[in-house]
Amino acid sequence: MSELDSRIPNNVGLSHDRRLQRALLRWQPAFLDWWREMGPEGFQGDEVLLRTAVSVEPSGWSHFDFVRMPEYRWGIFLAPPEADRRIGFGDFAGEPVWRAVPGEFRTDLRRLIVTQGDTEPASVEQQRRLGRTAPSLYDLRNLFQVNVEEGRHLWAMVYLLHAHFGRDGREEADALLERTSGDVDRPRILQAFNEPCDDWLNFYMFTMFTDRDGKYQLMALAESAFDPLSRTTRFMLTEEAFHMSVGETGVGRIVQRTADLMAAGDDHPEENGAFDLGLLQRHINFWFAASLDLFGSEISSNAARYFASGLKGRAREKRRTDHAALDGVYRMLVADSGSLREREVPLRNAMNEVLRDDYIRDCERGVARWNRILDQAGIGERLRLPNRRFHRRIGVHADHRFDPDGNLIGEAEWEERRADWLPTEADRDVVRSRMVRVTEPGKMAHWIAAPRRGVHGRPLDYEYVRLS
Amino acid sequence: MADHDRRALMSAAPPPISFETRPGRYRHWRVEAEGPVASLTLAVDESGGLRPGYPLKLNSYDLGVDIELADAVERFRFEHPQVRCVVFRSALDRVFCSGANIFMLAGSSHGFKVNFCKFTNETRLGIEDASRHSGQRYLAALSGACAGGGYELALAADEILLIDDGASAISLPEAPLLGVLPGTGGLTRLVDKRRVRRDRADVFSTLAEGIRGRRALEWGLVDGLAPRSRFEEGVRERAAALAASAPGPPPEATGVALDDLEPEESADGVRYRHVELTFDRPARTATLLVHAPEDPFPQDADALSAVGASLWHLRMARELDDALCRLRFNEPQLGVVLLRVAGDPEAVAEADRRLFRLGKTWLARETRLRLARTLRRLDQTARSFFALAEAGERFTGTLAELLLAADRSYLCDDLDRPAGVALTEMNRGACPMGNGLSRLESRFLGDSERAAAFGPGVAFEAAEAEARGLATFAPDDLDWEDEIRVAVEERARFSPDAMTGMEASLRFAGPETLETKIFGRLSAWQNWIFQRPNAMGDRGALTTYGRPERHAFDWERT
Repeated sequence: MSELDSRIPNNVGLSHDRRLQRALLRWQPAFLDWWREMGPEGFQGDEVLLRTAVSVEPSGWSHFDFVRMPEYRWGIFLAPPEADRRIGFGDFAGEPVWRAVPGEFRTDLRRLIVTQGDTEPASVEQQRRLGRTAPSLYDLRNLFQVNVEEGRHLWAMVYLLHAHFGRDGREEADALLERTSGDVDRPRILQAFNEPCDDWLNFYMFTMFTDRDGKYQLMALAESAFDPLSRTTRFMLTEEAFHMSVGETGVGRIVQRTADLMAAGDDHPEENGAFDLGLLQRHINFWFAASLDLFGSEISSNAARYFASGLKGRAREKRRTDHAALDGVYRMLVADSGSLREREVPLRNAMNEVLRDDYIRDCERGVARWNRILDQAGIGERLRLPNRRFHRRIGVHADHRFDPDGNLIGEAEWEERRADWLPTEADRDVVRSRMVRVTEPGKMAHWIAAPRRGVHGRPLDYEYVRLS
Repeated sequence: MADHDRRALMSAAPPPISFETRPGRYRHWRVEAEGPVASLTLAVDESGGLRPGYPLKLNSYDLGVDIELADAVERFRFEHPQVRCVVFRSALDRVFCSGANIFMLAGSSHGFKVNFCKFTNETRLGIEDASRHSGQRYLAALSGACAGGGYELALAADEILLIDDGASAISLPEAPLLGVLPGTGGLTRLVDKRRVRRDRADVFSTLAEGIRGRRALEWGLVDGLAPRSRFEEGVRERAAALAASAPGPPPEATGVALDDLEPEESADGVRYRHVELTFDRPARTATLLVHAPEDPFPQDADALSAVGASLWHLRMARELDDALCRLRFNEPQLGVVLLRVAGDPEAVAEADRRLFRLGKTWLARETRLRLARTLRRLDQTARSFFALAEAGERFTGTLAELLLAADRSYLCDDLDRPAGVALTEMNRGACPMGNGLSRLESRFLGDSERAAAFGPGVAFEAAEAEARGLATFAPDDLDWEDEIRVAVEERARFSPDAMTGMEASLRFAGPETLETKIFGRLSAWQNWIFQRPNAMGDRGALTTYGRPERHAFDWERT
């Protein structure tokens, strides 16, 4: 292994690719500067038990060891090529996939990659202060794992930009480090990534709901006719699964803690340092709606174009039968002159909604697991997802008010009920007041239950982060 | 022949058109070039159409007739520089010329019509160029009826003499009779060149039967009248007067024969002595590669005359011109043309310097003018031109005009041997565009200081050329291949129509001239009309012309 390959673990032949070397060696210092400045605040010198992707072998793709985050070896991995892979959908279905960017689609592909890439560093920036209030060393370590892997996903997108998009690609790669989450002048591209994520309840909700949008975007891109994009995103999905489990189990452990208290006869868990189910529901409402927005408009000519040209497909396209999607229609309920009416949209124009459907089903499975916790504790109350029309800011539902059941309501009712449905200032104060740092190995903050097991076979009271 | 047979014949893949000819092979024109007054007599061979399906009756013309005319006009300048006046005549009694053949037009594809009109416009601009720059005046001796394109040809002459026989009329019947425009500059020249009042031009252009005798003279549509009995005398007088008005021919102007280009043709391209045109049909691109001169440039005027048509600048210009015409007509699918150069850039610079040193001699001057016309043909070619220079290659002087004419340019910023641009005297207004400006002036419109700063001897390597605005992009050697592939692929996939309109709109910044008005206004409108049902639909006027059924218009105005 060359010195370069050990510094940047990869399976893209980096040590033989002069162009890529030059580009990445120029970009890497800027990335490290960004990481030091915008990465997790206050922990850059600490050793953290982190997994590092070192190959694409399913049996041993990762390696666990203590590492200081700035020394993390951010690698570049593409899922192994499929022999004779064919385009799976759209107007070019059945033709061989593209190993190089077709000139005709350069701009669209670059846009897709940049938009995806921009979310990766954005979430690191949003979460940079969370370490101060981690409820346990176990959670602190998971936060950093998510952060370094978002960093690696940035690398993955930057690799594509450098390897396939020439000078424009390099400029876009630089710009990924120049935008900053929440910055007035140069914000991140998608609005959900400009809101700070300063507490752990919001972090878990974010990884549960918003990272799951990322998963579905990656799944849609994994179908792409542009093979390097497909292979890159397929490998990213292996890491992304962990991020969602951090969110789902994180919220699950909060629910567990609340349920335990309630089962023990405590009708007001919020008065005992935990969170009540109403507050959790309001956060679910908020984060689910905000994450739905990330899929884009229900009726989209961009989505139709991306699908037609084979750039972005549907999740698990192989399981479907009609890969042209040219004749189908999608029926959706939209507000029209004061009531909800069914509207037929050409299927290709509804591809964002098709992907949103898959996402919603996936979220429902997670919520069902939380409800099982309540059920097992003998508690009758249930958590649920609001209707997809609730509190949307993008798309056909954005200009109307809906209750969490999806009923069209007036502005007055909205204002009256809003505090029941969405997190309030008081909620925020409650959440903030719970955030205290717990650093003793094996100990958990009061508002969250312990996880079932530790990381990679280590016990729960393991020192996952060696704080200096 | 029935219409559908005619159409079937013409829609079959036509054989490639050749643009080379010489007087010995003319079928439609007779040339007399003794002394200062020459004549060019239109005697169209009815059965001599370029393609079957339309007899060329009444001295009507098709592309083949105009290729011969363009050749004749060029040859007067190079082979007969002593000629001071060329008289357009007709071999037919009572008919001068009835314009472009309607059946040919009605049966041609849109692309062909557009290119046909473009070529004929360039020929007529070439006639005016000869008068303005080479002192070869043109007299249109209209001995009979002169309709449509026939009168537009006359409009390109310096003077029009009309026979006054009570019958022969001049006319522009396109709008009233065919539902199209007199698109070979007719409308523009009426008001812009002949200063015919616009209301009278309006009347004239809607009067199918045209205007005869005295009124034609009163309205300024012709310059003189002559009765049948005194027509020949009148022609002689006017021709002599025109010849006398022209500056005398340069004493050393003995003429050089324009030899045949005789390119090697193959399925993949056309190969000339200095120019190579190669096709990449799957990619829908073509490459136009121009080689630098290999022979030293002649030292003095005598040596220059001895070299004659073999002079690099002249030969290369003629080859490039031929290649562009072939691209336009024979390769309509090839949407992107890559302009490349090869050979020693110093040789180009040296050749340019010497051409300029001999600039006052007629052959050097004519050569430069020929080059300018060819580059204007490139400006008017509806293809996307990308100038590309790889490591070590340099667009120099005359060849730098190719880069400046291109829609975009890419110079490889190679670490060891960067590509580049070098300017010579040729880039300072020697080859004006149709708008009257040099390509540098058009490029840096309104910033004459900047344009002037790029004087002879200025040379830049890729990155510097990009920074100074001479090149669009300077990708480095690592990026080069992919960058070019993607840019060319992308360009080739845009709508060809959108690219044609976009390029034509971006290429000609700056002032309007007769030429820019003809191509940018008259031709653009004509090409729109050619697509409209009122001309080309089943009941369109051009379609139904000569048929029993009448046209039926959609009355809606835009």
